[in-house]
Amino acid sequence: MTYLAKPHLHHPTLTRNKVGYTRRDYEGKISTLCAGCGHDSISAAIIQACWELDIEPHRVAKMSGIGCSSKTPDYFLGASHGFNTVHGRMPSVLTGANLANRDLLYLGISGDGDSASIGLGQFANAMRRGVRMAYIVENNGVYGLTKGQFSATADRGSKSKKGVINSDSAVDLVGIALQLGATYVARSFSGDKEQLVPLIKGALGHGGAAFIDVISPCVTFNNHVGSTKSYDYVREHNEAVNRIDFMDTHSEITTKYAAGSVVDVPHHDGTMLRLRKLHADYDPTDRLAAMAYMNERQAQGEVVTGLLFVDAHATDLHQALNTSSSPLNSLGVSQLNPGNKTLDKINAGLR
Amino acid sequence: MKRIEAINDFVIKFANVNGSGSASANELFAKAILRMGVSVSPRNIFPSNIQGLPTWYEARVSKRGYHGRRGGVDMMVAMNPQTWDADVAEIEPGGYLFYDSTRPMPKSKFRDDINVIGIPLTEISNNAYADPRERQLFKNIIYVGALSMLLDVEVSVFERLFAEQYKGKERLLDSNVQALNLGRDYVKENVAAPDLPLGIRVERSDFVGDQIFTDGNSAAALGFVYGGATVAAWYPITPSSSVPEAFQRYCDKFRVDAASGQHNYAIVQAEDEMASVGIAIGAGWNGARAFTATSGPGVSLMTEFIGLAYFAEIPVTIMNVQRGGPSTGMPTRTQQSDLIACAYASHGDTKHVLLFPDDPHECFEFAAMALDLADRLQTPIFVMSDLDIGMNQRLCKPFKWDAAREYDRGKVMSAADLESGREFARYKDVDGDGIAWRTLPGAHPTLGSYFTRGSTRDAYARYSERGPDYVYNVQRLLKKFKTAAGLVPQPELRPAQQTTRLGVIYFGSTSPAMIETLDILAAQGIHLDAMRLRAFPFPDSVERFIADHDLTYVVEQNRDAQMHTMLVSELDINPACLMRVLHFDGTPITAHFIARSIAKSAAASAIVAKNFPVQSEAA
Ligand SMILES: Cc1ncc(C[n+]2csc(CCOP(=O)(O)OP(=O)(O)O)c2C)c(N)n1
Ligand code: SF4
Ligand SMILES: [Mg+2]
Repeated sequence: MTYLAKPHLHHPTLTRNKVGYTRRDYEGKISTLCAGCGHDSISAAIIQACWELDIEPHRVAKMSGIGCSSKTPDYFLGASHGFNTVHGRMPSVLTGANLANRDLLYLGISGDGDSASIGLGQFANAMRRGVRMAYIVENNGVYGLTKGQFSATADRGSKSKKGVINSDSAVDLVGIALQLGATYVARSFSGDKEQLVPLIKGALGHGGAAFIDVISPCVTFNNHVGSTKSYDYVREHNEAVNRIDFMDTHSEITTKYAAGSVVDVPHHDGTMLRLRKLHADYDPTDRLAAMAYMNERQAQGEVVTGLLFVDAHATDLHQALNTSSSPLNSLGVSQLNPGNKTLDKINAGLR
Repeated sequence: MKRIEAINDFVIKFANVNGSGSASANELFAKAILRMGVSVSPRNIFPSNIQGLPTWYEARVSKRGYHGRRGGVDMMVAMNPQTWDADVAEIEPGGYLFYDSTRPMPKSKFRDDINVIGIPLTEISNNAYADPRERQLFKNIIYVGALSMLLDVEVSVFERLFAEQYKGKERLLDSNVQALNLGRDYVKENVAAPDLPLGIRVERSDFVGDQIFTDGNSAAALGFVYGGATVAAWYPITPSSSVPEAFQRYCDKFRVDAASGQHNYAIVQAEDEMASVGIAIGAGWNGARAFTATSGPGVSLMTEFIGLAYFAEIPVTIMNVQRGGPSTGMPTRTQQSDLIACAYASHGDTKHVLLFPDDPHECFEFAAMALDLADRLQTPIFVMSDLDIGMNQRLCKPFKWDAAREYDRGKVMSAADLESGREFARYKDVDGDGIAWRTLPGAHPTLGSYFTRGSTRDAYARYSERGPDYVYNVQRLLKKFKTAAGLVPQPELRPAQQTTRLGVIYFGSTSPAMIETLDILAAQGIHLDAMRLRAFPFPDSVERFIADHDLTYVVEQNRDAQMHTMLVSELDINPACLMRVLHFDGTPITAHFIARSIAKSAAASAIVAKNFPVQSEAA
């Protein structure tokens, strides 16, 4: 793989968002992934979401682990700082970065191998701590980059390209995120941009740990018959519980929905998630109910997608630690160094 | 019978049971001697256990101010029946055995070449207190009282210490003073001259001056506070846990904004050491000063990340309070056995900066300095302490901070720098020192962003697998390492009193014992120029020092002569110029051990004989 410069010509007719950027400004380098890889669609959805949200690209820090999925931050938000860390350890690096500067938005990109196999511990603990971030797992059930071995999210009984049957049961990251206290939990499909873009927007606007499990077929190693992460399989088994529209409160709410089928979830930052309920009995604000529902549907072989749980009043690690509202990385000697008088006193106490 | 006679110069060892509350009593005893103006240096020798196992507290009282372990025990306070035989056997002939005589012991349990002082501690305590907990705790204070009488420590220093400790808790103050006097009175009434005072005793002196008495771990924590660390992540492990714990305590005190109550720090107890170092690296990448503290097993877990930080050039400080390895090894014993593991941590060609503090004062200094060096060099910096320094209180110079000192944040291009038209090339050596400029996330809307990765990139941080790009990069890292050699604390030289062809190199917790060794050997006619290493990479002065001597001893506390190996390989030194002196049983190295080893070797190689005959082997 060589570095390819991408032509960066601005078409005069490209629309600018409120902060003056066109969609193009949210793009990155040319992807080196396989043509048709689900991960590229997720990158496109991220670009769309950030543009629609009027986020200044440089206010986002994009972090990832190792894998095909983890390479993608190079392919979007070229004006953001990015950090491709080590395999399975993005959550800790993101946590540290977030602690250093609470003013940026943190976007964590990972794979199913990265988060459910080698990095399960870091994934779980970042959720527990409520690190404010949008954490996206591009879930294809295999290790793409190392050529198609099963990952820990491969369903029991699913078949590899080489014909091997997976006998281990699958790690369900959504279930774990729900159980461990993530305050925004969604599942989507890389092939369903309409569902995915608003979910990413909601995650970026969320006040705590937001997690999206995106089924993202690996066309090279896991898109065959017998796979439960192929395009065909997911299209057939996708059960969306809701569709969300993400809006800030300034924008007029014009969409009309049938009474009883819409829930508005106001977010802490003044934005609003408008949920169109597709399954009348699904309540995304009740964690326990969400867990029960998920388990029930999963047992039926359904891939439940949509916003599965949200706590609109979520808090994050900074609130738990009561850290300074100015970013820690901006503090200087005067705020950090207790000074000589204090040191004299400390010395005196040690005699 | 012979009895050891020494004023302000003896080793007293307390044999206790873990969890019996003896630790604070023993510390009280040591502090009282300090308040007499006499140098004392205590060491905890404790098991990896919370309650019930044997533990020892060895205090070295030295009129010359030696803080190292001397070797040998002049007085044993034998409070643990489990270890009685070994404890009694350890006493020097003519030394003293102090024990609880409440229950009679068979004569066979004693030696006839030592002086025995039995005090019925349990009986005194049980007569005075009803509550079992009080009986136990005050028994400790009673033995301190009895010892203070025997060793001539003034009662007033205790009264003052109690008054400071129990300010506002007068009831506790009174009961402690009372317990102390129970011990003192018993001795007064029941021990007569010539046994009182003992041959070893304490006499008021003015040796202590403005020195402070503290442990390396809390000193390092304070150094991190003063040095401006804002993010700390850790996973509990002996003997390093008290670093972040003390950091938390100091931050709670000194880093809470008075107006808002908000914290100018963030501390995370992570799920493991990979996460702790990952958090510190993330924070360093994002421009906060961050550290983690751990011990050998933690470093092993961190190594992949350490390689990332080295190659991606992220500032991060790692405090390694070393213990005995490999594996779980000896968690509560001391060693200097992680040198190679840290100096070359991670896969591929890696080299890291190590700092070697030798006492709490330097733990403070080096912790703060490590944060500067990490930012300046954009690389992991290890502060290599050990259990001996970290978990024992040591008399040392008071902490100092230059009021004019600013933090060195290293080469960070600001938004203004970027706008000035200066080129930003993340991995290009524009200044000739191997250190490139970095930007922080969020710095500028259109300039200065880059993608950080552990895989190869060109000078502009663009992905590349081209050989020349890789070679340029790793050669630049070597140049940066060379730059580091000039920035780290330089070695400290102690020239011999007379010209000599012998040198000795030592570092870290070996220092206090080494200083004493030099005097012991000089008295025997063996003179050595001594160099204390304070950091890796080695500056040129180390190579010159070795070249200037026929033979240089390298004294270290590990089996495999790790520092020796690093000297040989980094400086291309003929191994015949170096002689290993190795101590690795988990106890702190003693002056007697070093002196004996060097004297023996010097005699054997007849180096000394030519110039100055060896008078006798060290004791
Ligand atoms: C410590 C470590 N072990 C193994 C690898 C090799 N490796 C690279 S990517 C990868 C799997 C990635 O799988 P996943 O996260 O699912 O990403 P995908 O490629 O499927 O998007 C592995 C095992 C590595 N980079 N580091
Ligand atoms: S191997 Fe699979 S996951 Fe990797 S780029 Fe190709 S399609 Fe995507
Ligand atoms: Mg995968």
